[in-house]
Amino acid sequence: MSARVETNSGPFFSLSNVRKALSPTGNTGDAVFRLILGLVALFVLAIVIAMVWALAADSLLSIRTFGFGFITSRSWNPIKGEFGALPFIYGTVMSSLIALCISVPLSLGIAVFLVEQAPRLVARPIGFLVELLAAIPSVVYGLWGIFILAPVIRQYLGPPFERLFGWTPFFRGPVTGIGLITGGLILAIMVTPIISAVVRDVLAAVPGSQREAALALGATKWEMIRVVLVNGAPGIAGAVILGLGRALGETMAVTMVIGNRPEISLSFFDPSYTIASAIANEFTEATSDLYLSSLVELGLILFFVTFVVNGIARFLVWNVTRKTGGVGRAA
Amino acid sequence: MMAVARVDQMRKSISAVMTTGTAVCTFAAVGILLVILSHIALKGVGSLNFRFLVDAPKPVGEGGGIGNAVLGSVVLLGLSSAIGLPLGIAVGIYLSEVGHGRLAGGVRFIVDTLTGIPSIVTGVFVYAIVVLPTKHFSAFAGGVALALIMVPIVSRTTEEMLKLVPHSLREGALALGAPQWRVVLGVVVPAAASGIATGAILAVARVSGETAPLLFTAFGSRFFSTDLNQPIASLTVQIYNYAISPYDEWHAQAWAATLVLMTLILGINIVVRILTRRRF
Repeated sequence: MSARVETNSGPFFSLSNVRKALSPTGNTGDAVFRLILGLVALFVLAIVIAMVWALAADSLLSIRTFGFGFITSRSWNPIKGEFGALPFIYGTVMSSLIALCISVPLSLGIAVFLVEQAPRLVARPIGFLVELLAAIPSVVYGLWGIFILAPVIRQYLGPPFERLFGWTPFFRGPVTGIGLITGGLILAIMVTPIISAVVRDVLAAVPGSQREAALALGATKWEMIRVVLVNGAPGIAGAVILGLGRALGETMAVTMVIGNRPEISLSFFDPSYTIASAIANEFTEATSDLYLSSLVELGLILFFVTFVVNGIARFLVWNVTRKTGGVGRAA
Repeated sequence: MMAVARVDQMRKSISAVMTTGTAVCTFAAVGILLVILSHIALKGVGSLNFRFLVDAPKPVGEGGGIGNAVLGSVVLLGLSSAIGLPLGIAVGIYLSEVGHGRLAGGVRFIVDTLTGIPSIVTGVFVYAIVVLPTKHFSAFAGGVALALIMVPIVSRTTEEMLKLVPHSLREGALALGAPQWRVVLGVVVPAAASGIATGAILAVARVSGETAPLLFTAFGSRFFSTDLNQPIASLTVQIYNYAISPYDEWHAQAWAATLVLMTLILGINIVVRILTRRRF
């Protein structure tokens, strides 16, 4: 953490200037130290560039063959050599939206309870238990989803919905327990600890004076909480988008419960397929070059979507929490 | 007056309902955790015995165990730690102590980006750069994939831990005439060592549950192996393969293997929590 003194003398890339940049103190050990760490940092930079390059290079065949039609075509038929990503995009987006619809209110409730209501002695251990949900591996959620959640949906949760809302296209049977809704529910459980952890940080960053002012004006506890929530709104939006980013890329649990059928069906009970599960499921079976290339292009799409989504989320969360130095734990 | 009193009563009721609702949300989440954990414990404990932990898999109906998967996971975690931990810690030191300006900003951005990349995409990348050129699945490829997931986690915690070290320590050491590399390696890093180690352990715990990046890198195997050049089994991939198989016996083994994996992961998380009492 030495102060850097810029003295520009001579040509920019002269040996003495390079040495000065590496080691402002003029110590050879420092120069080597900084050089090594700088190279390691550049290496990590290079990895991400290599990632984009490798994904793009290997999906070139698919991009050349299908062009933009890849993401608008509904037909995924490896035997005929037809590869369209729309069913996967639909399944990915829908399962993530279902997950958010359930987990956002849940996460807000958890964060409000832990930050605004629960006494410290309770909030810490309970908060830890909620965070433990994030420590459970995806494949374990999948196992639980196949053998516990899917039968529960088939026998208890699904039928009442089908009876009440079966006339809409969204809850049309048969309820097999394996389908879009199961994937969405599992995802909801998986992103809840992530969203609630970030919302907790965001709420903790709202100044106490806001709460005191609301209470002093005679607000009830809930009215005070609403003031806090409005104050943290951009950060909360960031937390939700962060959860979305996680849900979009989640693989194993979804692969195991969503049914893996590349068809677009409006009913939440029908099997679906996501981008990540298509890669996980079919990558080792891809027999032709075009097949493999199409799967890699799916990976490229997933990379860019999560990249953009996470960028937006980080920007929003960072804007709110930087003042207090809070760091999104799950971010 | 009556109207005002009624409105006040309404506001208080709404407040009571909503604040109760938040408590319900919280206990619902904790309830789900307990339900999942108890299912794992109940369904896993039946098939769990010593032979199960050390035996190799056998055909359906003949028992068999997860010994090769445990060994494979240890090999994969060892390899990925050997690559990922030094790299991650070095990047963390760079971000906290050395990097300034645009390059450091870019590196920090890239590290954050890496954190958000779905692990399946990391798997595809490693397939492209390791598996395709060598033309076969290998433990080495699996280790590289896990290391790539480890690096951003470790470097973020390392950076945060180093930033907690008071500036006076650095200034004192510099004032004594120590060069920067000795200040960082001899004073700052040791002061943050326990925090860095904790971050590293949590990163290993996190990576030990990864499945997606191993599917087409380490691939899986039904035999004991420590050869980095060959496909290798892992607990998570074995759980996946058994879970989607049609055999009840393998389902039971998947639960038992999950119990082993979860004991490891929860054990690490809880011990770290008790020992550090810091916020992670």
